[in-house]
Formats: sequence, C-alpha cells, structure tokens
Amino acid sequence: MLRLPEFNYIRAKSLKQAGRLLADLGPEAMAVAGGTDVYPKMKRGQFTPRHLVSLRFLSELRGIRPGTKDGMWIGAGETLTAVSQNPAVNKLFPALAHAAGSVSTPQLRNVGTIGGNVFVDTRCNYYDQTFFWRQAAGFCMKKDGDICLVAPKSKMCLAVFSSDTAPVLVSLGAVATFSGPNGLRRVLFDECYRDDGINFLTKQSNEVLQGISIPRPAFGQRNVYLKLRRRGSFDFPVLGVAAAMQFNPKGVCLSSKIVLTAVASAPVVVDEAAHLLEGKTVTRDAIEAAAEAAAKVSHPVDNADLDYWYRKRMTKVYVKRALAELAGIQLELEKGAVKPRQI
Amino acid sequence: MRKKAFSVIGKPLRKVDAMAKCTGDTRYADDIELPRMLYAKLLRSPYPHARIRSIHTERAAQLEGVSAVITGKDLPEKFGIMPSTQDEEALAVEKVRYVGDPVAAVAASSEALAEQALTLIDVDYEILKPVLSIEEALASKEESERIHSWNRRANIQKAVSFEFGDVVVGFARADEIFEDTFFFQGNTHLPMEQYCAMAQYGPQDKLTLWSSTQTPHYLHRALSKVLGLPMSRIRVIATPVGGGFGGKSDPFSHEICVAKLAMITGRPVKITLTREESFYVHRGRHPVKMWVKTGVKKDGTLQAMHFRSFLDGGGYSSYGLATVYYTGALQTVTYKLPAYKFEGVRLFTNKPPCGPKRGHGTPQPRFALEVQLDKIAEKLGIDPIDLRLKQLVDPNSITVNGLRISTTGLRECIEKVAARADWKKKFHQLPYGRGIGFAASSYISGAGLPIYRNEMPHSGVQIRLDRGGGITVFCGSIDIGQGSDSILAYAVAEEFGIDPADIRVVTADTDLTPVDLGSYSSRVTVMTGNAAIQACGKLKEILLPVAGEALELPVDDLEMAEGQLRSRSYPKRAISFAECVEKAEGKFGTLGATGSYSPPKHPANFKGSGVGPTPSYSYTTSIVELSCDPETADIKLHKIWIAHDCGRAFNPLLVEGQVEGSVYMALGEVLMEEQVFRKSGLHKYPSILEYKSPTTLETPPIETILVETDDPEGPFGAKEAGQGPLLPVIPAVANALYDAIGVRIDEIPITPDKILRALEGRLKSVSVPWFDFPPPIKWQPGDGVGVQQKS
Repeated sequence: MLRLPEFNYIRAKSLKQAGRLLADLGPEAMAVAGGTDVYPKMKRGQFTPRHLVSLRFLSELRGIRPGTKDGMWIGAGETLTAVSQNPAVNKLFPALAHAAGSVSTPQLRNVGTIGGNVFVDTRCNYYDQTFFWRQAAGFCMKKDGDICLVAPKSKMCLAVFSSDTAPVLVSLGAVATFSGPNGLRRVLFDECYRDDGINFLTKQSNEVLQGISIPRPAFGQRNVYLKLRRRGSFDFPVLGVAAAMQFNPKGVCLSSKIVLTAVASAPVVVDEAAHLLEGKTVTRDAIEAAAEAAAKVSHPVDNADLDYWYRKRMTKVYVKRALAELAGIQLELEKGAVKPRQI
Repeated sequence: MRKKAFSVIGKPLRKVDAMAKCTGDTRYADDIELPRMLYAKLLRSPYPHARIRSIHTERAAQLEGVSAVITGKDLPEKFGIMPSTQDEEALAVEKVRYVGDPVAAVAASSEALAEQALTLIDVDYEILKPVLSIEEALASKEESERIHSWNRRANIQKAVSFEFGDVVVGFARADEIFEDTFFFQGNTHLPMEQYCAMAQYGPQDKLTLWSSTQTPHYLHRALSKVLGLPMSRIRVIATPVGGGFGGKSDPFSHEICVAKLAMITGRPVKITLTREESFYVHRGRHPVKMWVKTGVKKDGTLQAMHFRSFLDGGGYSSYGLATVYYTGALQTVTYKLPAYKFEGVRLFTNKPPCGPKRGHGTPQPRFALEVQLDKIAEKLGIDPIDLRLKQLVDPNSITVNGLRISTTGLRECIEKVAARADWKKKFHQLPYGRGIGFAASSYISGAGLPIYRNEMPHSGVQIRLDRGGGITVFCGSIDIGQGSDSILAYAVAEEFGIDPADIRVVTADTDLTPVDLGSYSSRVTVMTGNAAIQACGKLKEILLPVAGEALELPVDDLEMAEGQLRSRSYPKRAISFAECVEKAEGKFGTLGATGSYSPPKHPANFKGSGVGPTPSYSYTTSIVELSCDPETADIKLHKIWIAHDCGRAFNPLLVEGQVEGSVYMALGEVLMEEQVFRKSGLHKYPSILEYKSPTTLETPPIETILVETDDPEGPFGAKEAGQGPLLPVIPAVANALYDAIGVRIDEIPITPDKILRALEGRLKSVSVPWFDFPPPIKWQPGDGVGVQQKS
C-alpha cells in the first residue's frame, strides 16, 4: 500500500498558537484539520510537509450559531456532516446544506471540515497522481516541475477549483474570518480566491480560517446549488452552479448572484447574469440569457472527469435549471424530440 | 436416477464462510504475518516501450535494512498462462513493454524502506517508439516498433479465421444485409482486494507461497518452471480471494519475485500491490473493434453472419490466445445460424496486458450482436423479442461451429423476463426520454479443455470420514467470493443427507487438496460438484451395505437423510450417520474416497475448436428500463429484469448474488468504466476515485428470475451463474437508450458526451481497420473432423 511518509505532528493548543507555529515553521509546515485531503496527498508526494499543525481539537473553530449580529456563524472546524445536517443551515441555506452533503462520502464528511473544503487544494488529473505516475508523466508546475501538462503553452497552472461549499458562500456574500499574527481579519469570500491553480488563495500561509459568517441580508435569499459529477455517491464536482436570488413580494428579482465552481482555478462569478436579472420579473428568456452569459465565462479544460466539451455545454443547462428552480419556473424539455419509428 | 426432492440443494442457506467474512475473521493474504518477515516492492518502468541498457542495484543493496535486490537476470525463464505463448518475464530482461512493467524487486525490513531502495536502483533505458493502438500495431513495420520478437508478424500475436457452413450461399439467400461496426473499450476488474502474495522458503528446501490467486494449480506450474524447483518442493496456498473477476488468473511477477526473494534471504517475504499497481497488472477486458455483417430473410431469420474482431492486447499474451477465439466462438449458441464466418486478430500494444474479465472475450461480440439484432428488428418492423423467439437454438443440437448444446432455457428466460417487465406494453410506448431494451446471451459452464493439454481430470475431490461422523472435503478449488466452498459442502451434504454446517471444507492448498484447475471460465460448480458427487458415491457404496446389515434391510430400501441412514418404507428403522461411519471403519479400515471430473469430449476437432465447448451453456436475458435526459444525457436506470438459466440453483441466494453482481459490473462497463491511456502510454487515472466505477448507490433495483433446466451434465442439473448474467445487460442498456431517445451508441462505454454528440448527429461511426486475415479453416457440422486449411 501507499505509505504515509514521516512527519512531525503538532497538536495546537489554541488558534493563536497554531498561527504562531505556522509562522515559525514556515513553508515546511501545513495546517491539518480533518486530513481527508492532506494525508492522501502526502502519500502521493503532492504535499511534502515536515510538520503538520493540527487544528482538529480547537474549540475556537467549533460552533454553528445562526443568530449572531453578523448573521450565521459557522466554525471552520465543523464537519461537513454537521453543516449539512444543521437545521438552521437547512432552513436558511439549503444550497449550503446540499453542497456540504455532496462532498465525497459519509465517512469523509464525518471527518472533513467546512474550513478544509472551502480552501481545498485545486485538482487536476495530471497532479492528483502518485509520485511514480507524475514522474512517468513528467512533473507539472504545480509540484516538482515547471510546465503545465494540460496546456503546455500556459504560463499558469490550470488546476481546477473543486470546492462545493465555496461557490455557495460566495453567492451568499459570506465573509471569512482569519486568525493571523496581527489578530483577526475579515474578508469577503469573493476576495479569497484568485484564478491561479497554484496560488489560488489570497490568504497568508500563517493565517487560519476561524469561521464563516453568512450576513443577515442573505437570510431572505432563495439559494440553490447544482452539481455535475459522474457518480452521485462520491465524486468531486466537475461543474457546480451556486445561485442566490432575492425577490420582492411581486416576484421582481432584487438581487442575483451566480457562481460557478470547477470551471477555472477559482470560483467564477457570472457578473452579467446579475445585470440581466435584477429589477426584472424573471422569465424563461431572461434565464436563457443569463445561462448564455454563464457559458461564456466557463472554461473547462481537459484535466478532470467527463469530456470538457460536455462540461462547457452543461454550464448553460445547469445555470438555466438553477435559476428556474429559484424563480419557480417549469422548464420544458427541448422540442423536436421524436421516438424511434413505431411498429 | 435423479432425486426428485432435495434437502440441501435449492435452499437459501448461509454461505459456509459468511460469518468469517462478516466478522472480519477471514484471513486474506495481506493479513498473514510471519516472524522475521520482509516486505517486497517492485520497481516499475516509467516508459511504455524501452530497451534496458543496464541496471545498477548496488546502491539499493547497500541501504541498511535491504536484504536482497533482484533483476531480470535472476529470473530469466519465461512464463505465461498459455503454454504456446510464454512471453512474460518476472522482471524484464531486455525490454519493458508497458508503463508499470516490473524491472527489479527489493526485499527490505519495511515497506517504506523497500520503497526507498527502489529510488536507488539506476536503470538506463533506450526509449523506443511506443505502439498504442490497434491501428498502430497493424501498421508496425520497423523492427524497433516490434514489441516481441517471437511472433511472426510484427505486433500481431494471433490471427484466426474460420468458415462454418456456406457463407456465400447464406448471404445470397438473404433478403437484407446489415453491416455495422462497434467498439468496446477496455476496462479493469477492480476487485476490492489488491494483489498480495507471501512466500516462505524452508525448512527442507521447500517453498510455500500464499497468494490471492484464482488459479493455484497453474501458479504452481509456473513457479516450478521459473524457479527451477520441482513441483513437489512447492506448496501453493490460495488465500481467500477478495474479488477476482478473472484478474487473478495468471501467474504474476509479484508472486514469482517474492518466492525468489524468500529463497535468497531465507526469510518470509510479502508483497501487497497498491491500487495503482493493480491497474498496471490489469489483465482486464480487451478493447475490441468489431465489424459485423449479417444476412436475414424478410421474416428476420438469420441466413449468414460474418464477424471480424480486432483485439488490443497490451504488452503480453496472457490469455489472449483464448480471448481472440472467444470473440468469435459463442455467436452461434443463442440463435440458429446456418453459416458463419469469423476472423479475429489480437495485437500487441505498449499497454498493460489484457486478459480474462468476467465473460472473457464474449461481452464485446455479444454487445455487437444484440445491438445489431435490435437494428435488424426495427428495419424489418418486427418486435426485437419476437425476432429472437422465432430462431432460438434447439436443445440437444450442434451449432454450425460444432458446439454441442445440451439444455437451453433461453425461451423460458425470454418469456419470463418479458412478462415481468411488461415488455409489450412498454416497448415503443413510453414517452420520449424513457425507454426499454432487451438482449439475450449465453455462456459456458466451464471450458471444455484445460489450459495445458493433458488427459487428467479437470477437478478432483477427496472426502475423508472421521469417527463421530465428521466429514472433510478436500478440493483444489478456490473460493473467490462466488461461494465455491459452500457448493462443495452443499453437494456432499445433499448426497449424505446431513447438514452442510457439519462439513469441513479444505480448499486450494496444493499440499493437501487434489488438483482443481481454478476459478475461471465459470467451471467450478459443474466440475467440483460432479467430482464431489462421484466421491460421495464411492463412500455410499461402503456405507449403505454396512447400514443395511445393521438394520437388516436391503440396500435398495435405504436412504440417507436427516443425518441418518434409514429405511424408505419404515423411516423409523434408522442408524445415525456417525454410527454407520464407525461401523464401516471397523469393517473396512480408514474411510476416504476421491472423485474426479472431466468434461465430455466435444464434437468438433478442427484447429481452434478447443475454445467454446463446455459441458453446458447457461442462458440469460435482460430487460432494462431507463430514462435519459436529452439536455444533459444523464441516464437514470429505473429497473433491470434479468432471467438466468442456471440449470439448477444450488443455493438461490448465491445465484442471485452472482446475477446481481454481474448486472452491477455490466452497468459499470456500459456507462462509465474505461481503462484508457495518455499519448505517452501512461494510464490516465490509475485510481479508484478517477477510474469511474459505479457504487451500490448507482445500482438500480434488480429483479432476478431463475430458470431451471436440470441439465444432465451438471451436478443436480446445475450450470454456471458467475459470468453469463453480465452479458445481456450491456446491449440491453444500449437498446433501451435507443428506445428512449432514438440514438444508437455503438461504442462502450456510453458516456453523456457521446449521447449529446449523437443527438446532434455528430457522433462518428466506429472505424474498423483493414487486415489481411489468413484463409479460413473450414468446417461443416456432421463432419466431425477438421477440413484442412486451403493453402
């Protein structure tokens, strides 16, 4: 079997100490919470830390509090199972409950945390491989090499942003609270990511995510998350669509945010969709237009499951279906459907 | 005389090893720990095709904790499962032929250390151009492109050609001729248990090898050949196999290497391959391109068929010689076919070797055949089930290619599955997006010939009776989860009229058990069952007269039931089995008997006629109902009905388990599984996460219908159940998809991108290459002898 290499395991006593340890130990250290991504990657030589700073037992990272003054607070150390099964999360943000509940398998959701999922490493079929495989393929720039194997002319790493929960949080305008050497820092999730498969996070390496706030204005928004993957049982998304919309009592769309996951190295906000929908009664045509706009900014490449032509094609379909669900519109199947000749 | 009522057969009893499996008591190969044991690792080639200029192992050997390092020079003797194509080396000697081909092995005090030692081995490779497709293999001309040197034409392992009946006349008689091309992508077995073997050498210069293998006997022979030890000095113990599906049927490099390392170090050596390595070892489903030309009358009756198959074999022969024949052998055993021509060729490519996977070489042609019949039925305006029903093969008949059919439950399977699925009401009647599809198939109940030519039995069973009535059954068969240990217990329990729980079964240990050829070709129930019945018969000849004497009754009046030997007419006059055994031992001495089984001789004897014959053919039909979302091409399976002629269900629970497992595996093959490679020859995703295989959550409800035909060749009438039920599900899904949305996908797997392309009219048909096949061997039913090949 693949063996876990040797490393130092340091159990942090407090969040502050965790931050200090990460700062002191520098690039040879990594934080670990549930470990469902870290440990397999260490076995495959994708992560090669000498020290792991464990956040697993920190009570500061715990708790789901729906009614704080900043909105709903979710501790970064809460497991995906806890988030997906929390009654308040299910009531207010079914998209988040669904996204968290769609990550991997029950066993891994019982251990994996929401903090780990929102910042989960980007994925690529040329990178998520064993050392032997990567050596045989020729190393890529994300680890041990200097070119991109997906697109050799690319100067950037094209690994895919693969979090299910992050696009939902972005769509809801959620805020990340980081604990770092200079105390706490609050950043919109919108600003936590950048489209670079290697440096896909804007946070400092010695900053630890303490928790997530979903602001009060999001409480009245309808929200949805649709996920494309091969198997409903445990796959990463190869396309995810998170959408949140606010309607007035007359059914006019007041705000709208559509966020795609797994189509780039960061969550992709479909800006134009908001312009197309806000201030209007949502119609089939408006949904079509928003879906077209989303397809334009979706750029899957050949480094994840399912044909990338197909994944791009699905962006439009999934956005359309997500918006229809929020607007309560029944979509018709495409016309022209004919059965084979009758006997 | 066949018994009318059974006491054990047909009952849904618990498997004899069920509790151990459920509680974790079962000791798999990797659970074995021995004092002073070492751990082995294999260094594998990162190149698909390269010549080895040199290997330097000195640095690895000097690493503290490393006990031995070996290379191809230490094991130069070639081996392979088929006697005529022995082209494998335990460690590559001159060349590597796929990414993952082993070149060196290390034994060290820990797995981590062995792994570290691998990084200290320096191999100098001269990189050669890899050959990665059927077309490239056919086009190979340069000597440097040649993967093996033993075969006559570069990269063509085997080309075969047959003509049965008069194909020219057959096509001339046809009103309509259909030509189609198909492709079936390769896929792998993916058993939960990875490969694992442990070897121990000594004392008394004897080698013991524990391995997760389906074929301990063939492994025994290969070890002897490569290690240069007589078979009498080697003991092979097949440990409980955590899933095989054909993938553990070859002798393997890792097994030979741990044996050699144990001999060198004098310490036990264990190797457990990683999941990634298991993908490189492979031996899975061959990618096959097929061309089928079929001539039919207006009423749909088949007049002639011409079938061509091109097999992408990978880097070594493995079972490939048999596989190429199997892609042509069983087209004839379901529907009457008066004339049939088959041409097949297996190519070498620089990829992990393909071999036998559940259905061995027959799911690919069965897919082509059943989809083409669906097309024919549509064109002729005949219900596809009616088209088949009018031309089913007859029982007790011989097919055009010389295969002897004993019983067939195909008609009953078709009628039952159609009734349960409400076929007539649904076919063509469901709304757009929802469809129903049908297919039928047949499979062998054990290969008619052994892998190596010999006159000995295919299966042997030894039974020992102990004082107190204990029964121990010894047999070389290996339980790979299918329940073969239970089958032995049930057969003996039925014969002796006792509870199977009172029987001890000892299997798959070459020191203790008589040879059984192994768990492949769906042979075990039929062959070990018959051997066990024969052994029981010999013991009954001893026990019944003893009981008759004790009870003062004629032997004719005695029966064995409920742990007793008793009078049929006065059941109260009885003697317990245990008491009878003790009396018999007092009279005759120690009690034991052996039984053995060889399949019946098959009617045809032309060259190549050895692949296809079997004691009996199982039959299966399947109906699939599914929905396909025309926008996303997402397929939702609603239900699968499957009827299987198993001859007789020894244990309906186990048969249903095999049927359901086959359905599940078929669904993986038809919808998602692909063993595919990058342009560099590297496996695209050798991991259980990215190699997509369905889970139980993706498996729809399955309704299994068992059909019993009481086959005269089978023990208590039984046929196979382990492989056949996979076959019809794949074409039934393809046919159901067509009924749902009106597009044909003639390529397996049927993925959503292919469906969308087809809906847009952009899916290209499968291209099939040209090849100059050898002139056919001709044979006619009734000849009984082979007609010589024309020039």
